[in-house]
Amino acid sequence: MSLSLSSAELEALRLSLEVAARSVVFSLPLAVLTAWILTRARFPGRTLFDAFVHLPLVLPPVAVGYVLLLLFGTHGPLGAWLRAHFGIQLPFTTAGAALATAVMTFPLMVRAIRLSLENIDRGLEAAARTLGAAPLDRFLTITLPLMLPGILAGAVTAFAAGLGEFGAVITFAANIPGVTRTLPLALYTAMQSPDGDATALRLAILSLLLGLGGLLAAELLVRRVRRRLGR
Amino acid sequence: MKRRGEFTLAAAFAAPTPGVIALFGRSGSGKTTLIEMLAGLLPPDAGEVQLAGRTLTDTRRGIAVAPERRRIGYVFQDARLFPHMTAAGNLRYGQKRAGAAPQFIRFEEVVELLGLGALCGRRPHQLSGGERQRVALGRALLAQPQLLLLDEPLASLDVARREEVLPYLERLRDWLAIPMVYVSHQFDEVLRLATWLVLLEGGRVLADGPVGELSVRAEMRSVLAPDLVGSVVDGLVTRVDPAVGTVELAVGSGRLQASLRDAPAGTRVRVQLLARDIILATQPIHGLSVRNALLGTVVDVTPDDPGSVLVKVDVGGPLVLARISTDALEALRLRPGDAVWALVKAVSTRGHVFRLFGTPPRRD
Repeated sequence: MSLSLSSAELEALRLSLEVAARSVVFSLPLAVLTAWILTRARFPGRTLFDAFVHLPLVLPPVAVGYVLLLLFGTHGPLGAWLRAHFGIQLPFTTAGAALATAVMTFPLMVRAIRLSLENIDRGLEAAARTLGAAPLDRFLTITLPLMLPGILAGAVTAFAAGLGEFGAVITFAANIPGVTRTLPLALYTAMQSPDGDATALRLAILSLLLGLGGLLAAELLVRRVRRRLGR
Repeated sequence: MKRRGEFTLAAAFAAPTPGVIALFGRSGSGKTTLIEMLAGLLPPDAGEVQLAGRTLTDTRRGIAVAPERRRIGYVFQDARLFPHMTAAGNLRYGQKRAGAAPQFIRFEEVVELLGLGALCGRRPHQLSGGERQRVALGRALLAQPQLLLLDEPLASLDVARREEVLPYLERLRDWLAIPMVYVSHQFDEVLRLATWLVLLEGGRVLADGPVGELSVRAEMRSVLAPDLVGSVVDGLVTRVDPAVGTVELAVGSGRLQASLRDAPAGTRVRVQLLARDIILATQPIHGLSVRNALLGTVVDVTPDDPGSVLVKVDVGGPLVLARISTDALEALRLRPGDAVWALVKAVSTRGHVFRLFGTPPRRD
């Protein structure tokens, strides 16, 4: 059995990286905002909002993909609007695969960011106030830099998890070679074909290495940033 | 005024500037709550804060200037340096945001004044507790505040580290004309730094006034341990005896020998004469080792702990407190107006050098 990847397999790897990267870029600002709201804001229905954010963790991924299809499908309320105003179509596209991945990995990201936000000494923000820093200034110069370990950890973990998102992607964006056939989808396809054993094994090993690398990278990055912060 | 559960703070005081106003009281007396309200970090339920004619808080008129626009510096007990910046980054944080405010102190001056030169490139976790507090002081100063609040800046430091910071606080008081509010529950810090004293107990102001004037008031008994009660007097060094480590002070109409170092002739110093260490005599005594005998008249006698009284003696201007037993009081038959000698051992005076103020600000 050859260990070198075929062009279709390389295509799946590239696509996985692209989808995961796009999902992280798209969801990061939202995740920071959500984490901030969940940590700092007090409003009725906060617990419900918290549960809603974490829903993708417990729902079957296929259900998430289906809901996305209902919302963003050509006749869905959001899908129709996006198409009419921006000419954007999400289902069966790479962008759609990224959206499905983003929704699935969102809770992971929020959790990591929230944890770092909860660890920030509010006293530092009070100190910044007495030094003349207005709210946005305080957030950008004190809160955000101190959240950095959590933001990095959240981004890298979400990226690593995003490489392997299957259920929501295949439901919402289908399994189109070169467009939405990411690593897990290619692996699934290989397993379905009679002569795909070698391909399946190579892709499984590749997924394992990517996942392991991602988790290690997250840990090392967080350690480095923490050291700079003196913790 | 502020209510927090069972605790109610109802305090009012006005103090002259510049100078160091000490808020003194036990833990839980409302000191920190009070300065958080001055800084605007805690909104009072009802009340008013004015600084140099500018209203910062007035609950009746709905005025509440945000802390970031008050120009009040705050040095926290735990320094609160920003961990993701170097010491220099911390120092410049407030300076950058001071905007159009008149700059009374420059970066280089702060570094010089607080001895921060070697620390600038370090991060907060590479600094000792005392160094952190010095950086925090510098950071607050560079924001060009009109008032500096210090919330027990030495409380989290051990004795040696305190000595690392105290001289710098004295420098700020003596060299910069910035008014400071200093929160403390350590009387020796108050003695060393304060010009004006506000006594807090259970959320109320017991008394306030110049340190010397307040030191002989009866209210001191409720906030101080008995052994720390004693008159605080200001005097001018007239003669130095470096061999013995004593100086001679002009106090009121008399002379006082005190053990005090680093105080050249002409320096204004403050000494505390502990009430427990003062002996009263109704006639001059010879053949005693006591170096000081100040002639004065009894002002009043107030009860102290069971079995003892505090006798207030006017020694020609300053007042001195002496704790004597009730037996002694009866034996000497002391009454207001009687002439007495107050005997003070030179070694039992606790003295501090005050370089700045010609006279402490007076209310009357």
